[in-house]
Amino acid sequence: MTLTRTLMATSALTLAAGMVTAQDMVNDMTLVSWGGAYQASQHNAYVEPYLAMNDGVSAVWDESSAEAVTKLRAMSEAGNITWDVVDVVAADAMRLCDEGLAMEIDFDTMLAPAPDGTPATEDFGDLLVNECFIPQIVYSTTFGYRTDLIDQPTSVCDIFDLEGFPGQRALEKRPIGNMEWALICDGVAIEDVYDELETEEGVARAFAKLDTIKDSVVWWSAGAETPQLLADGEVVIGSTYNGRLFSAIEEQGQPIGMLWDWQMFDIDGWIIPADLPEDRLNRALDFIYFATDTQRLADQAKYISYGPARASSAPLVGDHAELGIEMAPHMPTDPANAVNTFLFNYNWWASYRDDLDAQFQAWLLQ
Amino acid sequence: MADGASSDAFVEFERVQKSYDGETLVVKDLNLSMPKGEFLTMLGPSGSGKTTCLMMLAGFETATHGDIRLDGTSINNIPPHKRGIGMVFQNYALFPHMTVAENLAFPLEVRGLGKSEREEKVQRALDMVQMGAFGGRRPAQLSGGQQQRIALARALVFEPELVLMDEPLGALDKQLREHMQFEITRLAHELGITTVYVTHDQTEALTMSDRVAVFDDGRIQQLAPPDVLYERPENSFVAQFIGENNTLEGVIKEIRGETCIVQLDDGEIIDANPVNVTEPGERTKVSIRPERVEYNMDRLQEGAHTLKAEVLEFVYMGDIFRTRLRVAGNEDFVIKTRNAPDQVRLKPGQQIEIGWLPQDCRALDA
Amino acid sequence: MAHAETDAQGRILAADGTPLKQSLQRALRAQKMRALLLIAPLLLFVVITFVMPIGDMLLRSVQNKAGTHYVPDLIPNVAEQIEDWDPASGELPPEEVFRAMVVDLQVAFDEKNHTQLGRRFNYESPGMDSLFRTSGRRVSGLDLETDGPFREALIDINDDWGDLEYWATIKANSGYYTNSFFLAAVDMERDSTGIAQKDPDQRIYRKLLVRTLWLSAVITFCTLLLGYPVAWLLADLPARKANLLLILVLLPFWTSLLVRTSSWKILLQQEGVINDFWVWLGFVERLSLINNQLGVVIAMTHILLPFMILPLYSVMKTIPPSYLRAAKSLGATNWTAFWRVYFPQTTAGIGAGGLLVFILAVGYFITPELVGGADGTFISNRIYFQFSAIGNWGLAAALGTIMLVVVLVLYYVYDRLVGIDNVKLG
Repeated sequence: MTLTRTLMATSALTLAAGMVTAQDMVNDMTLVSWGGAYQASQHNAYVEPYLAMNDGVSAVWDESSAEAVTKLRAMSEAGNITWDVVDVVAADAMRLCDEGLAMEIDFDTMLAPAPDGTPATEDFGDLLVNECFIPQIVYSTTFGYRTDLIDQPTSVCDIFDLEGFPGQRALEKRPIGNMEWALICDGVAIEDVYDELETEEGVARAFAKLDTIKDSVVWWSAGAETPQLLADGEVVIGSTYNGRLFSAIEEQGQPIGMLWDWQMFDIDGWIIPADLPEDRLNRALDFIYFATDTQRLADQAKYISYGPARASSAPLVGDHAELGIEMAPHMPTDPANAVNTFLFNYNWWASYRDDLDAQFQAWLLQ
Repeated sequence: MADGASSDAFVEFERVQKSYDGETLVVKDLNLSMPKGEFLTMLGPSGSGKTTCLMMLAGFETATHGDIRLDGTSINNIPPHKRGIGMVFQNYALFPHMTVAENLAFPLEVRGLGKSEREEKVQRALDMVQMGAFGGRRPAQLSGGQQQRIALARALVFEPELVLMDEPLGALDKQLREHMQFEITRLAHELGITTVYVTHDQTEALTMSDRVAVFDDGRIQQLAPPDVLYERPENSFVAQFIGENNTLEGVIKEIRGETCIVQLDDGEIIDANPVNVTEPGERTKVSIRPERVEYNMDRLQEGAHTLKAEVLEFVYMGDIFRTRLRVAGNEDFVIKTRNAPDQVRLKPGQQIEIGWLPQDCRALDA
Repeated sequence: MAHAETDAQGRILAADGTPLKQSLQRALRAQKMRALLLIAPLLLFVVITFVMPIGDMLLRSVQNKAGTHYVPDLIPNVAEQIEDWDPASGELPPEEVFRAMVVDLQVAFDEKNHTQLGRRFNYESPGMDSLFRTSGRRVSGLDLETDGPFREALIDINDDWGDLEYWATIKANSGYYTNSFFLAAVDMERDSTGIAQKDPDQRIYRKLLVRTLWLSAVITFCTLLLGYPVAWLLADLPARKANLLLILVLLPFWTSLLVRTSSWKILLQQEGVINDFWVWLGFVERLSLINNQLGVVIAMTHILLPFMILPLYSVMKTIPPSYLRAAKSLGATNWTAFWRVYFPQTTAGIGAGGLLVFILAVGYFITPELVGGADGTFISNRIYFQFSAIGNWGLAAALGTIMLVVVLVLYYVYDRLVGIDNVKLG
């Protein structure tokens, strides 16, 4: 029902925008994303339906999101922007927006309201982190553990408990996330974490906490490493993206459990490059309006265990398209999972990453 | 054919066989015995087994079967460096990273000689080959002939009783080669060393050696002093391999002691000396040296068989004339005559009659 | 013998009367031009893809740029006004500097350059990135006529504008060229008293440089130790078998570097094949073979082995077996023959292979990243990190330049000791 309603709404909008604009739209788009399962979920959930609805329109994928910032800079300098809609993480979106490479969005007019009429700005809420970024999904960096090798951990601080949970741990080889967890587990309140990290004592405190497990840590740099390390029994607990853990647990049936405590949220979404010609901009906006509506974002969750960025999508999340299991409990946004969370603070890290990273590397060398 | 083992033999091969692949024999049943001080040459086409024999003697190859003795002791199980055999290699094998003097001192050094003794011996060896002033040079700074002398000096400097030479003059031009042939024989005789010399150059073999062993097909075909080898080849291989030779093919009609009658394939009858033919009806190859053919009928014996011949070509070579004839269907029949004042110069097209002494015409195996 | 004509100066003349030298040069010039034309595409290619990027890198390490613009071009007024201010005075810059900052920031904000400026200053003083970003919009809202004095206005927008250290950073980095990237690359910094070492807990690059060189040397030695016998075997075998084995040596090149590195992980990890075998043998303690320096040495030795084997092989192939035989016939034992006669002749191959492996190893980064763990990463990992994650191209360029200089120095030392003419690559 919701689907039909939204379809009707979309068509209505297309009609309302009128026959006038119809000829002002190009018929081909270049979409930029990350490739892999994530891009497939986007394709299945809204690109395919959009193309089915709009006869004669075609879309090409470019799997360049990892280099989106540098490539857009180069395109902008060359004066030839070939991308129409670009999928980026929030931190990159912020850079692009700051540098004027991404277009500013008027969320309430350019994006669909929730089915109950709630305007988009309210529906997305806090996730609208800057003027250019249209969030799609929320993912989190969290911990997976071997259900057969250790007791079930209940708190993120259990990674610092070598006696209760003996074995190797996998942590990402960068300060982001690790420093926050170290301070939280050292008794710092979440709202004070970043103030604490701005001081030398706070940094020393975080490193001192990490020191307690340093000899038992395997440091990873690619997200795929932790599921593999867990599967091999190389580590008993380790951090990675929740989607990776979902596929290790549900798709591969590994004896791995997911720990939902103080997971670090991050957001992924669309930007539209600044200064597109009008006909291409119209097509990009038409696509974005459809692709980020409540139902489309809920549909995406059928294919991947990342949470829809709209509050209104959550109740609509159904079953996995192939496994048939209920997806809601696997979402980082599920209320049961989201008791203790924090949002990756890219504003703060933009300033301190360089400095803390040097200290983190020096600490690793010690 | 080969000499049997004798009590004063210095180098002995007894029933030696060698196979590399276990299927074919490269050396088949070799027997050879050399007295001390002899200069023996192993002569043969490539692949005849002569180099293999040399390498077995040097210790770089092991005999598959049989015994090799040096001065009465079997050396089958003695490693090369303990055999005390000097060796000159085809490309000299002078160590390029050492000076000439260092090259010569090498065998003395590994024998633990003191420095002054080494220097003295090195200088003596260099003087011996008239290279006294070249001790400080590198091999690459020497000409081919000079390198050859150094290689010789190096093989002799540690005063071995046996010296092996593997085609040592192959890389030199004709004039230098002839000069070195003389040098090597002179040194060998002066120093009284036993020498085994391998070559495929029959002139070298004939001019240098006390005895020559002609190798073919893994066997010694004939072992004899040079003059015997040339004048009384024991089979058609040796006859053809040593010196220039005319061959006529036919069938034995009759054997009468020292002479036999051969009917050539075109029906003509000639006299010959039966060497390794035994009974009438056998096929034979008749061999006559070009300088033993006569066309001046006055010099022939009474009643000797003669053959008709047509002159095809006359070549003036200075000291001799070389005339090519058609004889009994063979168009490569060559005669050589000395450029004497009374000598007739034949003209192409001329019909002549030729003949020879029966003992110069050897009826050999077909 | 025919006598050539000579002219008044005694120069030999060619048949047409021109001096012989001149006509020879003319003849050679045509040849040279043809040769030059043939190599022109390659030359162009090398210049565009190699010389120019390296030149650009060398420049970037000293250029004081924020994004694509020089810093003083983005804050021209501040750069001019701040010159007279002395940070050592302990007082904030005068009102004119604050006003100049407002003027410059308003332009920068309009052109969306203010965040790049912030990022540039943030390399020196953490916190300035957010200072510039958050201030941009509000500063652009200030009216130059009515909203002064601007010292108070800026501090009102963000307290940090009252931070003397930040202003010192701005002053120190307001020129077109800077040595701050090089200072950072050797763990130094400029503070109020001048140039000083960074705090011990922030020093990483010198340590990393030493480690990179040391591990590369160990890897080079290991490839030599393993590659020498293999190359010798190859050189000793008949051509057909040698070619087959050579293909086996080259086979690793046909699989991706990532695959090879990952398979080492599987083999060497704690629960891996080798450790399982070790435990099966009866040992209790599992070995730490990966995610440390040992793992880097093992994996990179394997990956770089062909680069040692190939030059060794090509040198060894030119050494006839008769040298060894000659040595033995002269009375040398197998070892003496090898050590005194064969080995010295292979030094050219060792030099070439060693230089090749060492230089490749020094620049390696995927393998140390994946199997290096905490203490096995190379300086190239940091260069890449600065380049891609942080975007501090200046520091990446300075580190790259230092690596380039170190390698050139080593090359020079090698040339002095061994002689580069003695290097044979094939």
